[in-house]
Order: sequence, then C-alpha cells, then structure tokens
Amino acid sequence: MAANPMSQFDVYRIGPEIKVGAFDISFTNASLFMIISTVSILLVFNLGSKRNSVLPNKMQLLSELSYTFVAKMISDTAGSKAKPYFAFIFSLFMFVLFCNMFGMIPYTFTVTSHIIVTFILASFIFIGVTIIGFIKHGFGYLKLFVPSGVPAVLLPLIVVIEIISYLSRPISLSVRLFANMMAGHTMMKVFGGFVISLGLVGGWLPLSFSVALTGLEILVAFLQAYVFAILTCIYLNDALNLHH
Amino acid sequence: MIKKIYFQSIFFSFLFFKEAFAAESGGMPQLNPEFWISQIFWLILTFGTMYVVLSKFILPKISNNLESRKSQILENIEAAEKQREDSEAKLKEYDEIILKSKREAKTMFNQTREKALKDIVSKKEVLDKQIDDEINKAEKEIEVLRISAPDKINKIAIETSSELLEKLIGSGVNSSSISAIVDDLSKRNGDKYYGN
Repeated sequence: MAANPMSQFDVYRIGPEIKVGAFDISFTNASLFMIISTVSILLVFNLGSKRNSVLPNKMQLLSELSYTFVAKMISDTAGSKAKPYFAFIFSLFMFVLFCNMFGMIPYTFTVTSHIIVTFILASFIFIGVTIIGFIKHGFGYLKLFVPSGVPAVLLPLIVVIEIISYLSRPISLSVRLFANMMAGHTMMKVFGGFVISLGLVGGWLPLSFSVALTGLEILVAFLQAYVFAILTCIYLNDALNLHH
Repeated sequence: MIKKIYFQSIFFSFLFFKEAFAAESGGMPQLNPEFWISQIFWLILTFGTMYVVLSKFILPKISNNLESRKSQILENIEAAEKQREDSEAKLKEYDEIILKSKREAKTMFNQTREKALKDIVSKKEVLDKQIDDEINKAEKEIEVLRISAPDKINKIAIETSSELLEKLIGSGVNSSSISAIVDDLSKRNGDKYYGN
C-alpha cells in the first residue's frame, strides 16, 4: 500500500454494503471525512456563535473573522446583489477548506482530491448560476456570449469561443481543485517514499523537501478553497450583473 | 481575453489529461466509478445538511452578534458623547453661576459702599449744619455779649465811680455828669479794651 503513491486516494467501504435500487451508497472513507469536515465546521461555528460577548473569545473571533472574510470577498467580487447567496458560498468555502485541511493530516483521506466530488460541486454551481442568470435577465443572459466592441467579422468566432469557455467552467473549476489536491498529495507521498528508500544517509534531502512541501501544501489547501469560492463569486457576478 | 485563453487551455489540458490517465486503467482511483454514486450521495447529504444548519441557525446568529456588537459600540460611543456634552454644559453652567455670583457680590459691595458713603456724607452734612448752627448761635451770643459788655462796664464804672466819689467827697455827685465822663473815656479807650 505504501509503495504506490496513488493508493492514498483509494476509496474503500467502511461497514456493510448499502444498496438503494441499483445504486451503491455504502459508507466509505470518503463519506467519513465528509462527515468529519461537516461536523467540525458546524462545531466550530456553533461554538463561535453561542455566546455574544462584546469582547469575543477565540472561537467567536475565529467564526466572526471567517464570516467577515467571506462577506467581504463576496461583496468585492459580486456586489451587494449576491447577498442571498452568502450562506451557500460560505458553506462551500468552509467545506472545501476543511476537506483540504483534513487531507493534510497523515493517513487521512482528502475528499476534494476526487474529481467526482469537485465536479458535482462545480456543476451544481454552474447549473445554479446559469438558472440565476436566466431568471434575472431572461434570454438577455445570452448577451454574455456577445462581447460589446468586437468587430463584426470576428463575432462568430468570439461567440463560439465564449460558449466553449462558459461550458468549460464546471470542468476548469472542478479540475483545478482536484488536480491541485491530487498532485500535491502524490508529490508528498513520493518524497516520503524517497526518505524511506534512501535511508539514514541520503534521506535528509527529501525529508527537508517534504517538510517544505507540507507548508506549501497547507498554503495550497487554503488557496484552492479561496480560489474555488472566489470563482463561484465571479460566475455569480456574471449572472447577477450582466455587463459583458 | 487572457481569462478565456486560460480557461480554454485548462479545458483542453483536462481532455488530454483524462485521455492519458484513462489509458492505464486502475492508475487513478479517482477514475474508478465504483464509488462515484456513493460519493455523490454522501456529498449531497453532508453538504446539504451543513448548508441548511449553517444558513438557518449559525450564520444568522453570527451576523446578529456582529450587528449587536456594532450597535452596542455605537450606542456606547453615543452615550459617552452625550455624557461629555452634558458635563460640558454643566461646566458652563457652573462657570456662569460663579461669574454671576461674583458680579452680584461686586454690585452688592459697591451698593453698600455707596450707601455707606452717602450715609457718611449726609451725617457729616447734618453734623456740619449743627456745628454751623451752634457756631452761629455762639457767635451771636458773643456778639450780643460784646455789644452789651461796654454798656454794662460803663454802668459799673459809673456806679463805682459815683460811689467812690461819694465816699471820697462825702456828697453825691450828679450821676449824669459822671456817665458823660465814663462814656467819653470808654469811647476813647474802647480800642484798648475790646481790640476794635
């Protein structure tokens, strides 16, 4: 198991096989870490919102800083119209952040390193944003694909490119997160393997590299959650304030 | 434009990526669809639950906390500002009272001083008048006395001289002739006796 750097991404069943109709919805290690992340988020923010003292304690400060951080991010990128979607973007950011961070603990499973998870999140965002766009602007939302100030000759080409770029949004969003997580964790595993194989004599170099990589990966874990949330805000901004 | 190119490159690289990994099947556990349905199910379940709990219970509370803290701080600042204004007004009032009482004290002092001066002047006037009166009276008396004094002296002189003459001569002398002599003498020597 340790030899293969990809084996850390294996999903395996915990407990019995659960089948609903033709679908296998067994409880797996992925489900376990989704639940761990969710429960930790709820715990942290519940503790942080329980007592309201003028001078906040650490938990309260943490939750209030996260709140204002996400609120500011949304108002900066999508404006005040995006306020109703605050809860969703907040949950999204926290979920991705906690899943990424739990993945940084050795012998854990990184939920966001699976394309299916990130793709479901991204397509949900994509479909939601598209629906919001059509509700807000009707068919005027299609103007998104026709940028203003483009020469008429280029217009057919530009429209095609715009449509492709719009349709690739869920893919780019999901692959960015998944690939970052997978690549980072694989690299750490590979360098960890080098430490063992090179032994006491030569193992110090990959070990120090591994330490540095851990720091980098924690940064990436935060950054990818941030990027995921901010891109959602940008897509939302396109749907709410059509000004292409 | 750069954004679009970026997205497209990611999109195409993803296609390439998928092709490359699909070739060596089993290399990536992510591409094994065995647990995809399970992952989707648990993702929707956990994320949905979290979203509902966060949006319905926790986030409103945090926003409430933030709002109430903000308003409380604003209220406190307002109260402090009001108290400061109050204390300033009180201080002004106090200063005014002090100034007023000072002014009052000064006017009172001046009034009493004037009154006392007036009293003194009036009393002095009365006293002066009395003194003048008394002086006048005394002068008048003196004048009367001075006027009557020569007559009396003359009378005394006449009487005395007539008696002296009677004693010396032994017979009465006509008093009228004596008085004529005395009057004559007194008129001549009046200056010497009365300082006129």
